[in-house]
Amino acid sequence: MTADVLEIDDALAQYDPVMGLEVHVELNTKSKMFCGCPTEFGAPPNTQTCPVCLGLPGALPVVNRRGVESAIKIGLALNCEIAEWCRFARKNYFYPDMPKNFQTSQYDEPIAYNGWTEVVVDGETYRIEIERAHMEEDTGKSTHVGGATGRIHGASHSLVDYNRAGIPLIEIVTKTIEVPGEKAAAVARAYVSMLRDLLLALGVSDVRMDQGSLRCDANVSLKPSGSTVLGTRTETKNVNSFRSVERAVTYEITRQAAVLSAGGKVLQETRHWHEDTGITTSGREKSDAEDYRYFPEPDLVPVAPSREWVEEIRASLPEAPSLRRVRLQEEWGFTDLEMRDVINGNALELIVTTVDLGVSPAAAKKWWLGELARAANESGKDLGELGISPTDVSNVQARVDKGELNDKLARQVFDGLLKGEGTIDEIIAARGLALVSDDSALIEAIDRAIAANPDVVEKVNSGKPAAAGALIGAVMKDMRGQADAAKVRELLNAKLGI
Amino acid sequence: MPSITREEVAHLARLARIELTDDELDHLAPQLDQIITWVGQVSQVAADDIPPTSHALPLTNVMRADENVPCLTPEQALSGAPAAEEQRFRVPRILEED
Amino acid sequence: MSDLIRKTAAELAELMTSGQASSVEITQAHLDRIAAVDADVHAFLHIDTEGALAQAAAVDTRRAAGEELAPLAGVPLALKDVLTQEGIPTTAGSKILEGWKPPYDSTMVKRLKAAGIVILGKTNMDEFAMGSSTENSAYGTTHNPWDLGRIPGGSGGGSSAALAAYEAPLAIGTDTGGSIRQPGAFTGTVGVKPTYGGTSRYGLIALASSLDTPGPCARTTLDAALLHEAIAGYDPMDSTSIDQPVPAVVAAARNGDVAGLRVGVVKELGGEGYQPGVEARFHEAVELLTKLGAEVVEVSCPHFQYALPAYYLILPSEASSNLAKFDAMRYGLRVGDDGTNSAEKVMNLTREAGFGAEVKRRIMLGTHALSSGYYDAYYGQAQKVRTLIARDFENAYHQVDVLVSPATPTTAFAIGDRIDDPIAMYKNDLCTIPSNLAGNAAASFPCGLADEDNMPVGFHVMAPVLRDDLCYTVGAALESALAEQWGGVLMTKAPELEVTR
Ligand SMILES: [Zn+2]
Repeated sequence: MTADVLEIDDALAQYDPVMGLEVHVELNTKSKMFCGCPTEFGAPPNTQTCPVCLGLPGALPVVNRRGVESAIKIGLALNCEIAEWCRFARKNYFYPDMPKNFQTSQYDEPIAYNGWTEVVVDGETYRIEIERAHMEEDTGKSTHVGGATGRIHGASHSLVDYNRAGIPLIEIVTKTIEVPGEKAAAVARAYVSMLRDLLLALGVSDVRMDQGSLRCDANVSLKPSGSTVLGTRTETKNVNSFRSVERAVTYEITRQAAVLSAGGKVLQETRHWHEDTGITTSGREKSDAEDYRYFPEPDLVPVAPSREWVEEIRASLPEAPSLRRVRLQEEWGFTDLEMRDVINGNALELIVTTVDLGVSPAAAKKWWLGELARAANESGKDLGELGISPTDVSNVQARVDKGELNDKLARQVFDGLLKGEGTIDEIIAARGLALVSDDSALIEAIDRAIAANPDVVEKVNSGKPAAAGALIGAVMKDMRGQADAAKVRELLNAKLGI
Repeated sequence: MPSITREEVAHLARLARIELTDDELDHLAPQLDQIITWVGQVSQVAADDIPPTSHALPLTNVMRADENVPCLTPEQALSGAPAAEEQRFRVPRILEED
Repeated sequence: MSDLIRKTAAELAELMTSGQASSVEITQAHLDRIAAVDADVHAFLHIDTEGALAQAAAVDTRRAAGEELAPLAGVPLALKDVLTQEGIPTTAGSKILEGWKPPYDSTMVKRLKAAGIVILGKTNMDEFAMGSSTENSAYGTTHNPWDLGRIPGGSGGGSSAALAAYEAPLAIGTDTGGSIRQPGAFTGTVGVKPTYGGTSRYGLIALASSLDTPGPCARTTLDAALLHEAIAGYDPMDSTSIDQPVPAVVAAARNGDVAGLRVGVVKELGGEGYQPGVEARFHEAVELLTKLGAEVVEVSCPHFQYALPAYYLILPSEASSNLAKFDAMRYGLRVGDDGTNSAEKVMNLTREAGFGAEVKRRIMLGTHALSSGYYDAYYGQAQKVRTLIARDFENAYHQVDVLVSPATPTTAFAIGDRIDDPIAMYKNDLCTIPSNLAGNAAASFPCGLADEDNMPVGFHVMAPVLRDDLCYTVGAALESALAEQWGGVLMTKAPELEVTR
């Protein structure tokens, strides 16, 4: 018997994966795409419907202008061309949660097309080509009754709530993505994660993945290493978290590799992702292949966004997150590795604000990714939830810069802040953390150190000035850390004549 | 050769979700064949360089502001439902029994 | 019998303004007439006695209080059963919608109510407006009041028959390929298809979205114009609605001056296949227009010959998609929900049981025409033919102001005559369809009786987009000249219906 899946390394040794990603994002418009019903999540069933979104006989759609505007925003942010003229089309198929039994969508005339974006994985930048972004509407939501725990299989009947029907969706489709096999899954994850950040920055969606407002379908196929012949692809539906995207792509690579290496054929099919078991299963497609019979929606007229409108929208776009990162990294002088740590540590926005308050980028990074990240880690909180603000960091660092604190004392100040011991001044006073800047006290301590360590003085005098470090350490210890090490070195050097 | 076969008509009926009887198929297939041949004469019109018309009048950019309007009450929404349960439309099982 | 039912809408409005009759009296007179003759005519599917009288009483109250009312306030009307009216059964002539009461008013009904027009009930029609005879109604055929053995035309046969049977002075129809004009012609009444987008489709149960146009039906040109003005105009709920002023149709109907008007007789709409009596009355009417000062020329529209096949690709394609919503899940008929059948099976069984033969035929045809591999050859090509037909009109309107033709090739035929010959049935709409494809205004006006069968003949006027007023100009001129010859409008020649109550 052959294994269901190969080890990922074995799979990638024989095959190169090719991916395509389709992401559906629900917009955060106030009203639905074609009617004035609200779009609130979690409202009681069938309280947000009207003749239009219920598909009642006679009702007609009217396009939501903000839905179009959001689609253009997304298109521009993904470096797409914006159609001068495009139409909606009907995608005809029957399903109980679809009120009209056609989905109003776009077919061969999407509003945005031919774009690109970039993602960074392990310091490498990968360019992802965008095929299109188009407008469509969501379906209602079914609850399955009478089977095991709400599953559609084995249910006796279903209950449909049409509150979600007609909520605007943008479908973003990539061209085929070919990256080194070992990076494929991570690139897929990074792409979806990048989209999340982008959509948030654009303000067009709340991107609540837990509420299904961003949903991903992953197409995966394999070709023998080095070959240019594309394999048969599968479409894995509803992969709805960053981690699942990575896992599902990896799973499909290992599953298809097992099928192919056993001499089998990959079936072109829809597959379902199971979050709990981490596998995909066949969607058992019907023998009668769907024929969607697309045609231009006759109840709507073409959308022809004027170039003035498009430019107005372009001018209002926030800086693209990916470009912003590149700019900040350059301004801050961080290495790729440092920048990745900043991003992975969710510290980017905190550092931006801290730097804006006058702190050097290096110092800001040192605190947020050092002492504070450790504290966050220990308490299981996010950096932003620690109760330490960029202003606190800036105030502490200002005292370090003035020589009132050194790093060691500053760490104690943060400890005090985290423990809620009061303001920075109160903590310094209560813990007695001020640096000793009185030269005579330092000279006394230096004298004591020299007297106590004649062997070290001997080494220094015999031409090994580096040995003086031990004396500095002794002085600092004597001063219980409350001395400026640079000042101590300066005075010590004068004393020893080096 | 007919422009559409009985099997094709049966396939169309499945696509269109109509459970046609055998008698209906027998009757409809030749009728559709006749109609399709007749309407097929549009393909004789030389129109390669002619743009298609989907709307009688060339309107564009008909859009509404993103504003809410009152909804139906759930009672109104469900008033025509053949079956309802828990303020939802009750529909038969979606998958065929295994 | 009350003579109120013989009055025109304009006359009834005048009686109410001058205090000689109340809306309740007028409404009751028409309800009585319906009760007396509709068993034979079968124009109505639903009669809203209570609602109509309440509406009439409300108008009377407002009038008594000195309120400024719209011109047709208090006049009764028959509404085609394809337009939604809140709480009133709306079936579109189909079993699949039996018993459905819409929870909302169509824009048409909102405007009628706002104008104080009293809605008597819903009229019979071919199922989902697919047909030219009302024989495709799931609720029985309507009979032509001129000859109860004949069809009244379709799909809006109920609305036109109601006018010809004096059951209502006004009616609303919808015209996708001639469903207002052809029944108008067959019943000796006036039927106007406004410019597409001139009247709102919101709440009109769609047949072919890019063709459907609601419009007025009446016994006189002026009545049709008054109703036209009450129902037309921009509606933000319909994306294809035109945001421009309503053409001055009432002024045109009152004026009716064709002196200097350039009239084009469409060469292709006549000759073989046209009944001699139809052609004779048509040509006499053209001569009459010449006498009234119109400049008549012959005009060629070479692509009109492809209008019918193009229409029978576009209509079924759109209809197959529009009718997909009738699936037994949210409203209407549900068949086979026995606890074991799947949703798909229930949909299949319901649509099999709920749709009639013609509806199934057209859904299948449309499904085929939109299928992958056929789209370009069928739907795509038909849309190009549509462009060519629009260009024929455009070229013609460089030479003339309006085009004219017979409204139909024949007069009303006997019930059952063409029931299983779809293509013969489709040919009824030869003259009317080009205007649906191009979206321009068109209307049918009575122009006499054919010698062969003494049945009414319709005179068809096609005016440019948003020049609906020109239809009324020609209609009014013809109507008054003919009335002079006949000593009244054509309807006065209609045989008395036997009162069965
Ligand atoms: Zn709605």
